Amino acid sequence: MLELITFSLLNGIVYGLLLFMLSSGLTLIWSMMGVLNFAHASMFMLGAYFSYQIARYIGFWPALVVAPLLVGVIGAAVERYGLRHAHKHGAVAEILFTFGLAYLIAEFVVMLWGRNPIANTVPAVIDFPAFTLFGTSYPFYKALMMAISVGMFAFLYLGFKRTRIGLIIQASLTHPHMVSALGHDVPRIFVLVFAIGSALAGLAGVIGGFALLTEPNMAAALGPIVFVVVVLGGLGSIPGALIASMVIGIVQTFAVALDYSMLDVFRVLNVQVARDSPLYEVYSIKIAQAAPIIPYLLLVLMLILRPKGLLGTRET
Amino acid sequence: MRGSPCRNSYLWLALAGMLLTAPAAADVKFAWIDPLSGGAASAGINAQKHMTYLIDRLNATGGLNGEKVVLLSYDNKVDPQESLIALKKALDDGARFVFQGNGSSVALAITDAVLKYNERNPGKEVLFFNYAAVDPVLTNDKCNFWHFRFDADADMKMGALTDAIAKQTQIKSVYLINQDYSFGRAVAAAAKKMLADKRPDIKIVGDELHPLQKVQDFSPYVAKIKASGADTVITGNWSNDMLLLIKAGKDAGLKVNWYTYYGGALGSPSAIGKDGLGVVKQISEYHNNALPELDPDVAAFKKRFTGKDDEFGYYRLKTTFDMIAAAASKAKSNDPVKLAKALEGIKVNTTVGEAEMRADNHQILQPMFVSTWSDNVKFDVEKTGLGFKTDVKLNAKDTALPTTCKMQRPA
Repeated sequence: MLELITFSLLNGIVYGLLLFMLSSGLTLIWSMMGVLNFAHASMFMLGAYFSYQIARYIGFWPALVVAPLLVGVIGAAVERYGLRHAHKHGAVAEILFTFGLAYLIAEFVVMLWGRNPIANTVPAVIDFPAFTLFGTSYPFYKALMMAISVGMFAFLYLGFKRTRIGLIIQASLTHPHMVSALGHDVPRIFVLVFAIGSALAGLAGVIGGFALLTEPNMAAALGPIVFVVVVLGGLGSIPGALIASMVIGIVQTFAVALDYSMLDVFRVLNVQVARDSPLYEVYSIKIAQAAPIIPYLLLVLMLILRPKGLLGTRET
Repeated sequence: MRGSPCRNSYLWLALAGMLLTAPAAADVKFAWIDPLSGGAASAGINAQKHMTYLIDRLNATGGLNGEKVVLLSYDNKVDPQESLIALKKALDDGARFVFQGNGSSVALAITDAVLKYNERNPGKEVLFFNYAAVDPVLTNDKCNFWHFRFDADADMKMGALTDAIAKQTQIKSVYLINQDYSFGRAVAAAAKKMLADKRPDIKIVGDELHPLQKVQDFSPYVAKIKASGADTVITGNWSNDMLLLIKAGKDAGLKVNWYTYYGGALGSPSAIGKDGLGVVKQISEYHNNALPELDPDVAAFKKRFTGKDDEFGYYRLKTTFDMIAAAASKAKSNDPVKLAKALEGIKVNTTVGEAEMRADNHQILQPMFVSTWSDNVKFDVEKTGLGFKTDVKLNAKDTALPTTCKMQRPA
């Protein structure tokens, strides 16, 4: 039992940190620029494919640096030559732009790498056990994933709260005209924010690529859960995104372990439910069966009860 | 005056196009309805290559009773509604033979539509050749004279898997994990029933259903499997649900044998890679190491289509074509009704053994293999350097199950 709890907790934290890696860039872009970026998970996917391809030539560790940079450059180009023009036509144009971009990237990936999952297995250089727990070795790449995720949090949190550039970025979001009047290049700051957000997604993709499956549908599969994290955590709050990711990861993991249904509740209450009663099918659904739906339930509840999210400062 | 030469050239183009594409009236048209776009497109595109190859092979030996066979392809996006529209188009285009495989929901829609069409259009009957939809109901309660299945159904596959498990005396406890929809539930039910019959001493220590293609992280499920102490897992999961499950198992150091339906399905070998060596088992009618040498048609297919994903995975389609050709020459006619009657009970020799089309429910019986993912093989799949190795071969007869089919035959 202790073993199951320990591993469930560990699994929940790892999954939560993976979600944080994915969503930190999105919350950054969303809060700073007001852009609901549907192509964010596509940047994650590009990171996975790029690192797979690059690692074949120069090895895993250089790819870990080069692939996110490449994705960051693409992100910068998207902002400079696409989003900036769409921005003039309002939020709907922006959303549609990123929506279309997500499809384009998916098709681009299909053309280059095919429709099937690619053989993106854990690189040999990091394929060794990190430590042993209850006689089970824990893979190093998961430990690496946790480290990168925590590092990302520190970088973003300190970067925006404690550095000069962070302050300018924050200022240019609420008072762009004043910031440019002071001599700062506001459009360039936006490019920078979008590039950083994309690069973080790309970095998440390098690790997520072999933790999950590298295939053209991965962006579409992960897109919804990332939005859940951002809304739960509160727009623009990096600590909020971290907490929301962890909550989702841990709740979902433990829910899977719970083989209880409404029938067990009735049994405790001494209520008899016949097998042919009309809602029997509903009562017999175990919590474990519904686990992957729980984050969306949390999303709906949060939007009703506290629309600004856990640590958010403004309404969604 | 400028417009007229232009219009003329369009006319010529159209005429030339008609001459090039319109099949001659005497051709036999095979309508193939499967996904060419959407999430399941890779399986569809692969199957379409099989069709192209096999039709060329058939035409090289004189077609059906001297008539050339042509392929008409229709994209259905694995959607039953789209499939019915595609079927209508195929019938309008003059096809009398329909092929489909991906998705039992689609197959059920088509078999119903074909049955109705044939009742209303005597003399213009259509046959439905199902090469991959495995819901047992298609050859049981919902069977009809016009439907023929060339793949073992889900229960027959479970029968073969449990036969293999029954022989492994070291297996003591089994965990079932399946997708929460009709197919996954059917797999779980069949496994429980058959294991209780064949090896009552085996304990079922878990019976998990998870949402279909929604889970990104299977480690919580793996933790549960581990806590249950199971030594074997049976799963009907396909696509991402299976690949992520096996990946999570490897990461958590889970030491179990995986008995799968789709461990060898297109794309799985690449994604599983070395993670599944020695532990992932699959049930299939063929794999590249089923014979000492590659089947000659598998070899020829791989020579013609050289992409990483171009595997001749639908070996049963070759058997399908061989049976159709044998029935056509036996009936001495390409008329669907005569051909269907000739197909009943027909036997053909494949390179892996004799296959037979049951007359009572139109279900093929063919040799089946339970095989294990291995790095010690002569022929690999998807250029991975790895391949499947036979554990158990079952003869066609041994895969047969009783049927509830009560078929209405035309006079």
